[in-house]
Amino acid sequence: MEVAVIDNGSINNPFLQSDGFRAFAELVVLLGSSTKTNDKLSALQDYFAVANDKDKIWVIAIFTGRRPKRAVNSTQLQTWCNELTNLPSWLFEESYHTVGDLAETIALLLPQHEDMVNQNLPLHYYIEQLGQLEKAEEAVKKTFVVDNWMQMSMAERFVFNKLITGGFRIGISQKMMVNALAKTTGTEASLIAHRISGNWNPATTSFEELLFNSSNEIDYSKPYPFYLAYALEAGPETLGNPEEWQAEWKWDGIRGQLIKRNNELFVWSRGEELVTDKFPEYHALKDLLPDGIVLDGEIIPSKDGMPLPFAIMQTRIGRKNVTKKQLQEAPISFFVYDLLEYNHEDWRNRPLQERRSQLEELLQQVNSPTMILSPIIDFSSWDELVDMRKLSREKGAEGFMLKRKSSIYQVGRKVGDWWKWKIDPLVIDAVMIYAQKGHGRRSNLYTDYTFAVKDGDKLVTFTKAYSGLTDKEFNEVDSFVKRNSIEKFGPVRTVKPELVFEIAFEGIAASNRHKSGVALRFPRISRWRKDKKPDEINTLDDLKKLLEVYGK
Amino acid sequence: MPLINFTDKGLYCPQGDFYIDPWKPVNKAIITHAHSDHARFGSSYYLCHHHTKPILKLRLGDNHYQGVEWNEAVYMNGVKVTLHPAGHIIGSSQIRVEYNDEVWVVSGDYKTENDGISGQFEAVKCHVFITESTFGLPIYNWKAQEQIYADIQQWIQSNQAEQKSSVLIAYSLGKAQRVLQAASKVSNNIYVHGAIWNTQQVLLENGWDFPIVKRITPETTKEELKNCVVIAPPSADASPWMKRFNPYSVGICSGWMQVRGNARRNNVDAGFALSDHADWKGLLDAVKATGAEKVFVTHGFQAAFSRYLNENGIAADEVKTAYGNDEEAVETTNDMSDIDTTHQPID
Repeated sequence: MEVAVIDNGSINNPFLQSDGFRAFAELVVLLGSSTKTNDKLSALQDYFAVANDKDKIWVIAIFTGRRPKRAVNSTQLQTWCNELTNLPSWLFEESYHTVGDLAETIALLLPQHEDMVNQNLPLHYYIEQLGQLEKAEEAVKKTFVVDNWMQMSMAERFVFNKLITGGFRIGISQKMMVNALAKTTGTEASLIAHRISGNWNPATTSFEELLFNSSNEIDYSKPYPFYLAYALEAGPETLGNPEEWQAEWKWDGIRGQLIKRNNELFVWSRGEELVTDKFPEYHALKDLLPDGIVLDGEIIPSKDGMPLPFAIMQTRIGRKNVTKKQLQEAPISFFVYDLLEYNHEDWRNRPLQERRSQLEELLQQVNSPTMILSPIIDFSSWDELVDMRKLSREKGAEGFMLKRKSSIYQVGRKVGDWWKWKIDPLVIDAVMIYAQKGHGRRSNLYTDYTFAVKDGDKLVTFTKAYSGLTDKEFNEVDSFVKRNSIEKFGPVRTVKPELVFEIAFEGIAASNRHKSGVALRFPRISRWRKDKKPDEINTLDDLKKLLEVYGK
Repeated sequence: MPLINFTDKGLYCPQGDFYIDPWKPVNKAIITHAHSDHARFGSSYYLCHHHTKPILKLRLGDNHYQGVEWNEAVYMNGVKVTLHPAGHIIGSSQIRVEYNDEVWVVSGDYKTENDGISGQFEAVKCHVFITESTFGLPIYNWKAQEQIYADIQQWIQSNQAEQKSSVLIAYSLGKAQRVLQAASKVSNNIYVHGAIWNTQQVLLENGWDFPIVKRITPETTKEELKNCVVIAPPSADASPWMKRFNPYSVGICSGWMQVRGNARRNNVDAGFALSDHADWKGLLDAVKATGAEKVFVTHGFQAAFSRYLNENGIAADEVKTAYGNDEEAVETTNDMSDIDTTHQPID
């Protein structure tokens, strides 16, 4: 359907007769409703074929997580919406909980007009105007927002609000954007991936500069797209001859790239975020590393070369400034396992074996407790590796990475040469006691649950989990919640403690932020234990035992 | 004693000794409309609008049914009962109950827009109004029917241009007939699922006029189905039954499609917010038009809607019924089974 609308656009679809904001709004609607990757891809390509260059740049930026600065906050949006609609704020809240998205809630609540005629200005006009509003007085902001609301259709309002609130989560992966641009420009996808990564400013970069590299100015910080592994579902023997494979521990940190170019140091996280300033521990490496080098590894807290639980790092992620205390309690090191650029030269097309030996040589020169060479596991048969994998938790690892020794460093998630082979998660049986509605796709459905274990005759909450059930199961639990609510606190329902679930998680650490005294890593629902009664669930003591074994 | 009590079997009028839309078997049941969460089996005597009667027969089998005209008075132990158009589906009625100059009206399900099939909703003056609130939040404001029909037609046409069939998911009683009206303007190759076919046959036998449709049978060939329009109930969506239409696009017709998340959760290509229930404005207009001193709000967003009424000078209370589930009963089409199930809220 989506493609057809675009194709017929020039004939009978007024939305696409120009390349302005309507075309962008239409694109967002198409991308948001489409269920097929190919349709999304064509929608993007068709948009790129008609849109003006400045708008294109912003679309690339927005869909790869580079959103414009927030000029207006959500409280303001909500207040102005309530004034326009004359609705009480509790009813706005009630609506918001049902819709699950602020921008959409407002777009739905605002009065609709029959013939909305706006000037269909370009997307970048709105972004620039919003940018200028950042420091303006509230009254000026309000006039701008309200005037635009009153001129826009429901779809345009939604998109306009999204520009303000940020976060277009409409299922456009970096990969899809890269593919659409590759097709549009006739350039190889891996080149595009590299060009649109890194630190560029959509306000000052032109489409030409970004995609055709015509700029004279070199961006020294630019990382390479990460090569990602798929999970190995079958046994390792399916990979063939063990001699062709290299095994490393799989660390539970933040995947990162450490770059030194032009005598400057840059650190990128896998989320394409420049995080150099967050990890001052790394700054000394600038003087130890040779210039023109890019390393791939794991950002991870450690002590004496041993990784510490991820939870320790969580105390400082997200903080703008790192305190001395945090530096002492969660010293961060870089567990390096690959060499992508050496002596200013792109090494990604060389086999892993070659990259690895150069990396090892390099590490001998760099003598720093911050930079740790992620070891290669010596093994001669898969059986041997199966046994060693059992030691993962003791080593602070989540299993193994298996990499083909001859593999080049590819772009994105690719099947074949790199596999992550994780250990089975820890599990605990718990009962659901709170439920809350989800967001986006799950709005208006109780999908966010809080779980408790037994402590004597009391129940103690210890984790939330949002994923792991099928849509059908979610519907079933949702209907249980609606029929078995005991109390209502805002959006949260207290539910009769009856449904038992097995909660799986990757790690456990002590925490004083939770009643139970533990914090879990990656908790999710692994099974609905319909066979178990609430009095058969695990106890707080069981959790504490797990903490004793795995969390210290 | 109130004229109508809220009991565990349903809305009960002690003076007239009858129930309205009981969810358990009773002696005398007055039925607002033939949807399965309002019309349940097992009662000894059913009173309903004469358009509802044949559909009840189809769904509940042979029973003692009495069909009446709108505004035709029936007296039960001195209580005057009349039915008035609710505009929800064919035959759907509000039940007006009068005794000793006191008037209560039970809305059943209703919509205020005239869909051209179900009759124009009539505002009935009363002292106490018992209203549904399926879409009782201000985010639910429907586009005009002709606009949504145009959207559906445009969608079908773009599918046709792409050589794809258009599968429209619509509840078999009510929505399917409306969708058929819309689709018949742009296609003369329309197929329906067996559940919709059965309903359609009963309606045709009773003098209704609908565009010609074909029933999908195991013998229907792929060639015949090329580029067609299919109308199917929610139970068919995402089932293997759909495979025969390949290539096709799916569009769900339901008020719940107003919110993007619902459409995305159902993983459909298109959602059309076409509802047989009143939207926010429709509910407010209806409540005000009754002039009621007291309003009871049932199935839907009853907490929010009754609170809003109270804050706006209309005394209201929420009441739990077995229509739908509770306050947020949502028809998520993928857990809604076919016409024979009894516990789903219907839009």
